[in-house]
Amino acid sequence: MSMQLEESPTTGDEVITNYTINFGPQHPAAHGVLRMVMELDGEIIERIDPHVGLLHRGTEKLIEHKTYLQALPYFDRLDYCSPLAMEHSYVLAVEKLLNIEVPLRAQYLRVLFAELTRICNHMLNLGSHVMDVGAMTPNLWLFEIREDCLNFFERASGARMHAAWFRPGGVHQDVPLKLLTDIADWIDTRLHPLFNDAMSLVVDNRIFKQRNVDIGIVSKEDAVRWGFSGPMIRGSGIAWDLRKSQPYDVYDRMDFDIPVGTSGDCYDRFMVRVEEVRQSARIIQQCIAQMPEGPVASTDRKVVPPKRAEMKQSMEALIHHFKLYTEGFHVPAGEVYVATESPKGEFGVYLVSDGSNKPYRCKIRPTAFSHLQAMDFMSVGHMLPDVTAIIGAIDVVFGECDR
Amino acid sequence: MTVLHPAPRWTSNEGVHDALVAALGDMVVASKEEHGEIVLTVVSARVEDALRLLRDVHEYQQLMDIAGVDYPQRADRFEVCYCLLSLTKNHRIVVKVSTDEATPVPTVTTLWPNAGWYEREVFDMFGVLFAGNPDLRRILTDYGFQGHPFRKDFPLTGYVELRYSEEDKRVVYEPVRLAQDLRQFDFMSPWEGANYVLPGDEKAVPPPPAPAPVATAPDTKGEAKADIPKVTEKTSDTGAGDKANAEAVKPVAEAAAPAVAKTDAPDAPEPTEDRPAKKPRAAKAKDTDGAVDTADKPKRPRAKKTDGEGA
Repeated sequence: MSMQLEESPTTGDEVITNYTINFGPQHPAAHGVLRMVMELDGEIIERIDPHVGLLHRGTEKLIEHKTYLQALPYFDRLDYCSPLAMEHSYVLAVEKLLNIEVPLRAQYLRVLFAELTRICNHMLNLGSHVMDVGAMTPNLWLFEIREDCLNFFERASGARMHAAWFRPGGVHQDVPLKLLTDIADWIDTRLHPLFNDAMSLVVDNRIFKQRNVDIGIVSKEDAVRWGFSGPMIRGSGIAWDLRKSQPYDVYDRMDFDIPVGTSGDCYDRFMVRVEEVRQSARIIQQCIAQMPEGPVASTDRKVVPPKRAEMKQSMEALIHHFKLYTEGFHVPAGEVYVATESPKGEFGVYLVSDGSNKPYRCKIRPTAFSHLQAMDFMSVGHMLPDVTAIIGAIDVVFGECDR
Repeated sequence: MTVLHPAPRWTSNEGVHDALVAALGDMVVASKEEHGEIVLTVVSARVEDALRLLRDVHEYQQLMDIAGVDYPQRADRFEVCYCLLSLTKNHRIVVKVSTDEATPVPTVTTLWPNAGWYEREVFDMFGVLFAGNPDLRRILTDYGFQGHPFRKDFPLTGYVELRYSEEDKRVVYEPVRLAQDLRQFDFMSPWEGANYVLPGDEKAVPPPPAPAPVATAPDTKGEAKADIPKVTEKTSDTGAGDKANAEAVKPVAEAAAPAVAKTDAPDAPEPTEDRPAKKPRAAKAKDTDGAVDTADKPKRPRAKKTDGEGA
């Protein structure tokens, strides 16, 4: 910090010239390892230069050295708050190149768990956002819901967070009926009461509104220019949701609404997420009601390995299993850009295949990159404490931003 | 091709490809529609004009991503791919340009402010230069990093690793030391075009050397050659004939065995077993002093088994 004090010629007060401070990379409100070099005039922000990349792990390079199946778990580790949503883009990209049919039950299961992931993600974001601006209790209450979601992931896949459960061609394993009924019960008896309780503390709270309303306003035009997506573009009043406009899996069979903001400030983005949680619950209920019986992964044995029981009986199944877990499947040459509506916005995978068993290039389009880049433009003229509200409303996670 | 996959479905591509190619005119170098994606390759120097036209006239309002891809065998080794999204037409296209290490690509920060970081990332990872980008710094790699890690010739492990040094009380950089070799599995089937000698297979006739990649011409024709399927319809394809017959009647000893020497195929994996043959045991070990070699020992007549005795 460089601070310079001098005497004002007229009043005799001390005049503070512009000074530069470091925000992060070890700051609890930075939501990870974000370093921002801020130029301040008193407490007013003049310029922000976000430094990202402190969590860069070279995921894309690692993926080039793995088979398509081995590359999948890296996606869980991108946005570790919504792991299954990350997998979703990748498996759809691989399926698009393979042009493989996915059974209906698998598509329903993927939508169900993608929405559960959305709830899980928003619980963390809404909770930490209110904590960033000074409230403690809602975060603790929302973490209960998040913990329930993680338990459901564990029951489906065996892992609380890094599920690696979506696979090219379907999902890894079927879920027991009890899990589906439990999720349905949970929505009625746990999610809604807990969530409504927590939100009743926040949404009409005077202090919360003072910290968020009219902070970081983004107009429709700016949201489009800066490549915003997800709750950030919807908060600015553009009803753009990839689940509706470019439906994948069985989203076209789902009946849900897209909440939009009116003024494009941090409060609108927060409220968009609040409503999205309720819409996600609706989608989950529809999934459970409509889900057909049947296989949960493609029966194309050149892509999806056979079940273990089958392997013990059939020589062909054994060979398929061996080949898929050593060499892996080959994907036709070509390139696709597949983007899905992750809880944070458009999460895309630009996958280039050269026809071998490994991706030639897998470019990951993080949601945070566009949003964080607009940090300077959103914060200029605001006070220093507003920065935490703006970051909270961006919903940034550095596993995904830095890759 | 019928669409079986459940990937995102946007507005139909029908007619879009031809309309865009016609609109962009001589800016388009190549274009294709594959896997349901429209990919337009444009002249590198005019990418800004092309994208401006697409944004303003053809309603591709959003730039979602800029991806770099490295093809080291090409003269223009880098591809820069711009993923565009139209919110009003609900459509996506990919616009590509090719460039090399030295030739800068015009920036598109003039069109989209969020292109800045994407271009910085491509610069950081591949070393592609963007002319006109006001802030072309590294973005994802460490402060003071050297090299461009997503190039295909950059090793996966990198060149340096860092650790906290207790003596110096700071983080120090050191050359990478791998405790275990990086495991790179080779899944190429030896029957389908592996152009090196497999370990243990040295006695086999070495295959003809692979043609060197032509570095000067862009390999637009390269793919076509690879598409010709391998057939054995004529005798000339198999090598059968008088020459082979004459070779076959020669006595075995006369046909010189191919050299066993290690070939210098660049891609050949190292043999996995490199233990020298075990030396014969020099002397009896101490703990087996009392033991008698079974070969020297006279056979003791086995006691005759008597059935039904005892119990």
